[in-house]
Amino acid sequence: MEKTVLTGKHFWYGNIAIAEGAIAAGCRFFAGYPMRFPEIGGIIVQFEDELASMAAILGASWAGAKSMTATSGPGLSLMTENLGLGVMMEVPTVVVNIQRGGPSTGLPTLTAQGDIMQAKWGSHGPYEIIALSPGSPQEAFDLTIRCFNLAEKYRVPVILLASETVGHSAGKVVVPPEDEIKLIDRKKPTVPPEKYLPYKPDEDLIPPMAYAGEGYTICTTGLTHDEKGYPDVSAEVQEKLVRRLNDKIRKHMDEIVDVEEENMEDARIAVVSYGQVSRPAKRAVKMAREEGIKVGNIRLVTIWPFAENVIRKWAKQVELFIVPELNYGQIYLEVKREVAGNSETVLVPRMGGELITPQEIYREIRKVSKK
Amino acid sequence: MSHKMTRGKRHLLPQELHPIDQWLRSERMPHIWCAGCGIGPTLYAWVRALDAVGIDKDKVVYVSGIGCCGRGSGYLDVDGFHTTHGRAIPFATGIKLVKPDLCVNVISGDGDIFSIGGNHFIHACRRNVDLLVICTNNFIYGMTGGQLAATTPLGDYSTTTPYGNIEPPFNTPYLADASGAVYVARWTSIHVRLLEKSITEALRMKGFRYIEVLSPCPVNYGRRNRLREVDDIAKWFWQSSVIKNGADTREVQIEKGKPIILGNFVKREKKRSYYNELKKLEEKVKRAAEAKK
Repeated sequence: MEKTVLTGKHFWYGNIAIAEGAIAAGCRFFAGYPMRFPEIGGIIVQFEDELASMAAILGASWAGAKSMTATSGPGLSLMTENLGLGVMMEVPTVVVNIQRGGPSTGLPTLTAQGDIMQAKWGSHGPYEIIALSPGSPQEAFDLTIRCFNLAEKYRVPVILLASETVGHSAGKVVVPPEDEIKLIDRKKPTVPPEKYLPYKPDEDLIPPMAYAGEGYTICTTGLTHDEKGYPDVSAEVQEKLVRRLNDKIRKHMDEIVDVEEENMEDARIAVVSYGQVSRPAKRAVKMAREEGIKVGNIRLVTIWPFAENVIRKWAKQVELFIVPELNYGQIYLEVKREVAGNSETVLVPRMGGELITPQEIYREIRKVSKK
Repeated sequence: MSHKMTRGKRHLLPQELHPIDQWLRSERMPHIWCAGCGIGPTLYAWVRALDAVGIDKDKVVYVSGIGCCGRGSGYLDVDGFHTTHGRAIPFATGIKLVKPDLCVNVISGDGDIFSIGGNHFIHACRRNVDLLVICTNNFIYGMTGGQLAATTPLGDYSTTTPYGNIEPPFNTPYLADASGAVYVARWTSIHVRLLEKSITEALRMKGFRYIEVLSPCPVNYGRRNRLREVDDIAKWFWQSSVIKNGADTREVQIEKGKPIILGNFVKREKKRSYYNELKKLEEKVKRAAEAKK
């Protein structure tokens, strides 16, 4: 069998790094365009559409495989149907979205960050989800592994919100030795089948998961259900279930949320960025710092759940937040909400197609620093 | 006796159990289905067939979509997955490919499999995924109040065709046959014994197998189509059906006033299945890698 984890240094596209990250994370079922799965004994199906791909990775996960699908923009719209099912059935799985310009068919395939809110609110109903955004091929590799670990731990579909400029840009990727990659596997039932309740959570609000064919007679449904998995469409059961589905993420935000901060100690201005926009943002902050402007960088690695505590904390010190993003204001709204009038929030929007340049962000920093 | 045989019926002695009790989640009874519905007899025939073939209950997976029939997966004491509308087949494909030793079944309605899920049906046929798909066709959207289905006969009335249906329906056995299913049959839910035999035959085969089960819906189909009484549709099935095993599927379209053709239509050998081809590919890639070394 071919080597599973390609330990060593590589010059990879972000898309390759995501695929290799998934393999290293133990992914063995992929629905979408082929990767090197036959080499490692995995299952690959290029389904008829994204509806089918998303449904299939849920089924594969119930059968015990770590599974993933990938798309760009419009495909996510189709996947959101069964993304909701994944949330409701609590299925660990990973969805990669290489964002491109929208709405609709939009800009195939030029870069964008327009699917931020869709990732959170795309499927109907109130739910919490986890989404991470890589800014480089190395991070694409690392965060794909983290996506699998988070999905397995919290029993939730996790979205990797990359974008075209990450997927199609090549860079150095260092793959660590296989035994240094820390993997998390879902909790399995510790009780015999007759005592197993598929949706009875442990103290961490996450129920252990049995696989199909193990004799646990799983009963699962997209309907509101009780701890046995039986449909119970009462307000009381809905309240309890949906509260838990949200709380299992919200109450573990400290463990999930990942933010990088730079030059923040004395910052009066902060640039909040994510994904590939973090790179021009970093450069812009450096340029402004050279001129003595007290500006810092807050880089969101996790998009959802939103790093609200981080923004709230810095809102006490920072007078103005600049949010550059490749859309017409999505994370900007989240920042504004958390700042809650304590500081100003400025959006530097770019609709999609190309990256924001460091100069554009730098100009904005200079402009607001004179206020 | 396994723990499952007595789920919800611990107070009963073995001799007091119904022959199919071991397959039911008795604690969930009564079910939601109306009097005269054909889903119950269909599931009865299915579990009897599973018993006849002697399939280990722990290896049986039941995937359903949305609609009246979708609820079935929650009533039977097997691994049951009640998924989204139309997506039962790809969901089941995911399970089957990861665990090829499981007996994976999709049992769902005509609206689920042929209206919203039609695309997945033909592609699964084409790929020859190892699944048994049973469609309870009641000619209507039952659960949502009697709207037009892709199987409603021409001229029939539904809540969305108050002046009669102008859309030709699918001839589903022909669709399955043309798309490459290895086993295609049609029965009705009143032909329980023949249906059971047909399911038994299908369970013993590999590949994509399809059985259409015509199923009465007195409440939302019969009521609007002069088949109002609980047994009117059953009588129609009984009086109009003609059994023609091996019939040409092009000639089994259901039309009002004409005979309903039932039977085991297609049974073909097919060496290619998605899983086998994938495993062969794996071998080929491995051999090529070895040769390189």
